[in-house]
Amino acid sequence: MIVTKKKTAKAILNYLGKSKKVFLIGCAQCATVCKTGGEEQLSDMKILLQEKGKIITGKTVLDPACHLVKVKQFFYQNKNILNKTDAILALTCGDGVQSIKDGDYKKNVLPALDTLFLGEVERGGHFSQKCVLCGDCIIDRTDGICPITICTKGLLNGPCGGSKNKKCEVDKDRDCGWILIYERLKESKKLKNMKKIAKPQDHSKNLKPRKIIL
Amino acid sequence: MNLREAIKKKKFIVTSETAPPKGTDVSKMIEQARLLVGKVDAINVTDLQSAVMRLGSLTGCYLLKQIGIDPIFQITCRDRNRLSLSSELLSASVLGIKNVLVLTGDHPLNGDHPEAKPVFDLDAVQLLRAAKNLCLGRDMSGNRLYGVPDFCLGAVVNPCADPLEPELIKMKKKIDSGAQFFQTQAVFDVKRFSFFMKKVSKYNVPIIAGIILLKSTKMAAYMNDNVAGVYVPPNLMEQIDNALSKEEESVKIACGIINKLKDVCNGVHIMPIGWERLVPGIIDRAGIKK
Repeated sequence: MIVTKKKTAKAILNYLGKSKKVFLIGCAQCATVCKTGGEEQLSDMKILLQEKGKIITGKTVLDPACHLVKVKQFFYQNKNILNKTDAILALTCGDGVQSIKDGDYKKNVLPALDTLFLGEVERGGHFSQKCVLCGDCIIDRTDGICPITICTKGLLNGPCGGSKNKKCEVDKDRDCGWILIYERLKESKKLKNMKKIAKPQDHSKNLKPRKIIL
Repeated sequence: MNLREAIKKKKFIVTSETAPPKGTDVSKMIEQARLLVGKVDAINVTDLQSAVMRLGSLTGCYLLKQIGIDPIFQITCRDRNRLSLSSELLSASVLGIKNVLVLTGDHPLNGDHPEAKPVFDLDAVQLLRAAKNLCLGRDMSGNRLYGVPDFCLGAVVNPCADPLEPELIKMKKKIDSGAQFFQTQAVFDVKRFSFFMKKVSKYNVPIIAGIILLKSTKMAAYMNDNVAGVYVPPNLMEQIDNALSKEEESVKIACGIINKLKDVCNGVHIMPIGWERLVPGIIDRAGIKK
């Protein structure tokens, strides 16, 4: 899931500037689960902006906002109201914002959220990053924990030596990723995996922007 | 005597450390290093230690070499990708630098430019392998070099890491990747260090134990709380706390530890952290002068 966080009201109002008539778009998937771009958050945003003197011309939750065909369909069906709108505020991930913009690049589309990471929903409201989308999965060796993500330095051959009380050198509340991997491998009797020298990552597999055509 | 010879002749190795200045005034660094000419086998020059921006290690090494000191070029994985690291190693070789100490590097978040992008394109194991391959005449892509460096490669290990096993696994990988000597995190607990030495004696690689000059109880408490693998026992804390002259007591403590380590490991690496002027006295008093 793509985890997002709401920008401050100050930042959003700053973006909107003199735009008076605003249309709100959320997303029925990730942003709804994160409680950043669902029906409820759109209603809250509507109240906030109205209090600041904006006119909300409408709001919708796309399912999902990152689907260009659906965005275009929505734009076509709501042409009139969108033509009378100064700005579209997207309560979606960065991908959603850009899909909305791609729906009609002449529209003024602005982000209301910051996109943080691809994460696991541990339980309601608890999200944690597990994958950095590196394009070359190696977690077969580490028994299901990604060292590139879990180790703050993204090291591939073991701990940096900076951990104290099994915590990371950058944050006493953060577990040392390599000690987690070591303990997992030890428990699953796969410690020999850690003894093999891991080659450097191949960053050519991570060339932006990626595109796949099936 | 230089480091490579000392290793070859199985002498008790003595190294120390200097940090280049924040700025371009190198006079203090040179002046302090001069005090150690003829007393140590080599001096490490740190690479933006604690992720604090300062003059580079390579320049520092070059300056030490000019005054007759065998420098150990510390190079971390924090700030450079594989192209830059490999190139820097070639530059070091051309400048006559023979010893390289490979480290992961502290995270920039703990330094004075916390907004910096952490690189870590390679880790210490991979960088050692890359450096070794340069010495064999090839870059990381297998391309041939015209003119080949000849480095004495070293790495670091934390003998009091807890848990110790992952540290030992990584140490073995460093040896397999080309590490010819190890310098360690500061040792205060000789008993625990001896336990580590028993575990690694089978590797037959020189271990140079880290010695940090203890300045105060405050410093000891800070290290106990924050520095990985460092444990200052209560008796040493009391000793420095009760001392009339902290400097004198610090020298006494360092010499005490060095004396205990003489028969345990292959050398000591003295990290003065501001008290560089005391290092010659420690070397004389501990009887480890070259």
